[in-house]
Amino acid sequence: MSGHSTYEPKWAAARWMDQRLPIVRMGADFIMMPTPRNLNYWWTFGGILLLCLVIQIVTGVILGMHYVAHVDHAFDSVQRIRRDVPYGWLMQSTHAVGASMFFLAVYMHMFRGLYYGSYKAPREVLWIIGCLIYLVMMATAFLGYTLPWGQMSFWGATVITGFFGAVPVVGESLQQWLLGGYAVDNATLNRFYSLHYLLPFIIAALSGLHVWALHVTGSSNPIGVSNKVKTDTLPFHPYFTVKDMFAVAVFLMIFAFFLFYLPDALGHADNYIKADPLKTPPHIVPEWYFLPFYAILRAVPDKLAGILLMIGAIAVLFVLPWLDTSKVRSMRFRPIARWFFFIFVFFCFILGWCGAETPDDEAFLGLSFYRLSQISTLYYFAYFLVILPILGLIEDPKERPASITQSILDYGDKPEPEKVLAPAE
Amino acid sequence: MAFKTVRNLIIAGGIAAASLTGIAIAAGGSGPADGYKMIHKHWHWSGVTGSYDVAAMQRGYNVYAQVCRSCHNLDHLAFRHLGDKGGPFYDEYYKNPNDNPLVKNIAAEYEVIDVNPEDGSEVSRPGIPADYFPPIYRNNAEAAYVNNGAVPPDLSVMVKARNNGADYMYNLLLAYSHPQPEGITLSTGQYYNPVMEGSKIAMPPQLQPQEGVFEYQSDTEGQNPPEATIEQMAADVTEFLAWSADPKLAVRKEAGLMSMVYLLILSVLLWLSYKRIWRRLKPSEG
Repeated sequence: MSGHSTYEPKWAAARWMDQRLPIVRMGADFIMMPTPRNLNYWWTFGGILLLCLVIQIVTGVILGMHYVAHVDHAFDSVQRIRRDVPYGWLMQSTHAVGASMFFLAVYMHMFRGLYYGSYKAPREVLWIIGCLIYLVMMATAFLGYTLPWGQMSFWGATVITGFFGAVPVVGESLQQWLLGGYAVDNATLNRFYSLHYLLPFIIAALSGLHVWALHVTGSSNPIGVSNKVKTDTLPFHPYFTVKDMFAVAVFLMIFAFFLFYLPDALGHADNYIKADPLKTPPHIVPEWYFLPFYAILRAVPDKLAGILLMIGAIAVLFVLPWLDTSKVRSMRFRPIARWFFFIFVFFCFILGWCGAETPDDEAFLGLSFYRLSQISTLYYFAYFLVILPILGLIEDPKERPASITQSILDYGDKPEPEKVLAPAE
Repeated sequence: MAFKTVRNLIIAGGIAAASLTGIAIAAGGSGPADGYKMIHKHWHWSGVTGSYDVAAMQRGYNVYAQVCRSCHNLDHLAFRHLGDKGGPFYDEYYKNPNDNPLVKNIAAEYEVIDVNPEDGSEVSRPGIPADYFPPIYRNNAEAAYVNNGAVPPDLSVMVKARNNGADYMYNLLLAYSHPQPEGITLSTGQYYNPVMEGSKIAMPPQLQPQEGVFEYQSDTEGQNPPEATIEQMAADVTEFLAWSADPKLAVRKEAGLMSMVYLLILSVLLWLSYKRIWRRLKPSEG
């Protein structure tokens, strides 16, 4: 939290620097930020995501030294990286698996925010910047998936850029402007490569803003009750640095498991076939992290309506702070909303399943994936647009502890007891 | 509290692993048609420590060179790759595969088109380890013309380009004998194969019991190569092509084991550090 600075320069050189550019002070204040002492492991994904971004940028820059962005050489250059570049197989796999891990972590991070009401006042801007990061991440991932120039790269790019063609009036020219031609071709690959290199740095900049906003408002916490007394918080370092590092190590184990033992499990076999503009693959399926949105896209017969729904599914996240009318942040104290949230998570998985399957196929009990995706899409939007706004007004929340300190006394952690008389907020 | 956090962490990790694995499985394609039962072989390289069998890869290379090679190239493979560590003809003595006599001999069996540096004319010369497997056809048009309109695909990444690629390839080579159901009409140059998408394939059955025509030979005395049955040849060529699609598998798994052990120890140490640092907060024990 901004305000008081506890940093005291110890050496003459540090004092000299502090009077000119207090960058060490900034770092020191950042790392000593008072942090709610009751954060659980769901709060470790922020640090994990920072690591993911660094991994993607480092491996990506190295891959960029060997990759050739040309329709005739892109596929071959990736094979060359995997076969001949020293540790190229490791860089390429880390980058590809890393993208999945990045999304896995970002979804955990977002579900945490949704459950614990991290988007509510005073953290609306923090939340919106997060949504922006997610949006740019999606763009980056899509652009990056085109680069290996396999069948799914090519046809995925064709389908996604085709969305822009559905925009009324200007659609066709917009699509051609994006592609640099009438179809996905060398011009498209080149600009996608250029943008794929650019966007991660925009993500990095946005992450800077995200962390800045976090340091202004402070972290939310599992009970959603704001910090009140001194014992509510602990300095971020060493208490949360060590905890985050432990979580990072465990996360890296999952990462390493996929990287070393199932490097292709999260990708699509068709992408090992060189792109062929004359041969459409039987099923064009996006990467797993886009599947729920792909299902929403296909939930309505009209192309434009589908695209609007898909955009809406992300846009609704931006305005969520004003849709949820409840003053209670944490779902722990919202006995009804809690269950609606779990159903929401369930339907997100169902949407992912629908996105992976053919709409006309039967899911179960005569229900087609098409209908199933419609039901799930309906719930997805109802959760944000109907359930949260209404529930906030009619739900009777459970009694909340007066402070974080109060809440953890039950767990056997015994900070200095300090009476809190102010009501919960 | 400790148990609770560990439990939560295990739950979170479990959800992550389970959902990712679920996604991975769900992404798998549909099975073969007409009641054909896929044979799921236990391959040498499956499992955490499995890696390719050198003898099987060498036999598989022979099958490729004498059968598949007549139509299919290995676009992404150079001869020197055969002598790389983990490759079928790796020899400890020749760290640089370009010096490996086996690799040199294999390369020399192929004709490579080159440019005569003196007059710029096109010349054909025997291959050297640094050459890539030379293309069989001059271009796709020729490949299609010679093969009844169907271009024989590159095989160097084929095992990765299909779901369960090794089983797919093995079964594809063997499934020609599956009885063809009624109602499937094949045009000229098409063959029935239930493993192929759409059950129609342009490739005629390749592996046949060829008494005396194709026999596995052993370079080492006293070693008895298996009989070259259709199943054996299919399995061996699959082993070779699996290596060709994923030549770094052995290195990768080795690095994986080291990384996992390292990360496990690191996690335990960090967990202990975490507990130790947080213990300061409990005045009764501190």
